[in-house]
Amino acid sequence: MAKNMKLVTSPLNLNNPILVQVLGICSALAITVKVEYAIIMSVSVLFVMAFANVIMSLLRNTIPSRIRIIVQLVIIAALVILVDQVLKAYLYDVSKQLSVFVGLIITNCIIMGRLEAFALGNKPFESFLDGVGNAGGYALILIIIAFVREVFGSGTVTLPGLGELPVIPQAFYDFGYQNNGLMILPPAALIVVGVIIWVQRSMTRELIED
Amino acid sequence: MKINTNSNLYTFMYASVMVIIVAAGLAFTAYELQPLQDKNVKVEKMQNILQSVGIQSTVEDAEEKFKKYITKQIVVNVKGEEIKGTAFSLNLKLEFKNKPEDKKLPLYIATLEDGSKKAIIPLRGKGLWGPVWGYLALEEDFNTVFGAVFDHKAETPGLGAEINKDAFEGQFKGKTLFEGKKFVSITAYKGGFEKAGDTEHGIDAIAGGTITSKGLEDMLKADWLFYYEAYLVKNLK
Repeated sequence: MAKNMKLVTSPLNLNNPILVQVLGICSALAITVKVEYAIIMSVSVLFVMAFANVIMSLLRNTIPSRIRIIVQLVIIAALVILVDQVLKAYLYDVSKQLSVFVGLIITNCIIMGRLEAFALGNKPFESFLDGVGNAGGYALILIIIAFVREVFGSGTVTLPGLGELPVIPQAFYDFGYQNNGLMILPPAALIVVGVIIWVQRSMTRELIED
Repeated sequence: MKINTNSNLYTFMYASVMVIIVAAGLAFTAYELQPLQDKNVKVEKMQNILQSVGIQSTVEDAEEKFKKYITKQIVVNVKGEEIKGTAFSLNLKLEFKNKPEDKKLPLYIATLEDGSKKAIIPLRGKGLWGPVWGYLALEEDFNTVFGAVFDHKAETPGLGAEINKDAFEGQFKGKTLFEGKKFVSITAYKGGFEKAGDTEHGIDAIAGGTITSKGLEDMLKADWLFYYEAYLVKNLK
């Protein structure tokens, strides 16, 4: 039981997919302009990763090792298309926002990375937990980056269903404060990821290599 | 019996069976959900058309309101003549690519609560990453802009994607397309239209979204709206 808990909690910090495993950096750069997008992306990745992990784990003893990467891709792609189709039919508004990211989920190295590193060698339930945990760790970092970038880049926080909420008071702008345009551009995400990694390493001794 | 999962035969069989199962599953889902998806697209189109004349609608009442307010649908050609066809079912993506003389151009006439009539022109153009489109509502004089809605497939969030925000769309109200009888349309100015001195036909481009802004401007000029010129001139007041 404790071991299972660890599967979920360790990716949040000590084994974080973005900060420590360095997986999923691409989407962390691409879609963190608004908090809303980060949340939508995280939920989609959570769904796809948990189920892809379970399916992969169920099939693990039957898959010919030479074509396992292809099998992984097919499973991920099928799941993503399935999600997209269902959203288009039942939650059209959400699907419109998501459509840009569908391709990103398929190519997201974090999902294939976990399939390859974990699901191929573990039982379905553990794989499910691993998927949830890693998606959680991914979501956590994505939302932090998006929050920083949106607050300093646009002066707002956009939440699904609530729309754009201003966080920088108008008085600041009246005094000559300006939004930082660099924050909207992809390099800013890299800088923010760098700072987060720095903070995490200086707080956790285990992560410091000699 | 222990199967050798690394034999060539097994690998081929595995790949074939997997592909067939996945393909069948996806095809079935797509086929089953198609009607629902088509309806969503149709309702959204109606909502956008209504929104360009300032009527808000929900997914539930869009169809009803569309019937009530959109009183006439017209299809015209580049010479400005009305031709046969249903405006709503035209595929702008195809018309955009068509040769000028073959283009079928849809147009809607809305009659509002106060009895005033507006002409709504669907638009189609190219943005930075994909298509941009929208609806431009004109006053009865076929010259003054009453309202505009834009949308896009994949413009950059926070930059080009701002074209579907009220702040950008609101700028179009009151601008005019013609200078006397000459079609000049609307221009997006980098650095602001006031600085450029074009208050009649100018709007502010989006900072950081220059290519999207220019794509949108082209849509209002040579890329698309230009083909309506003949029809507009005929009705110009």
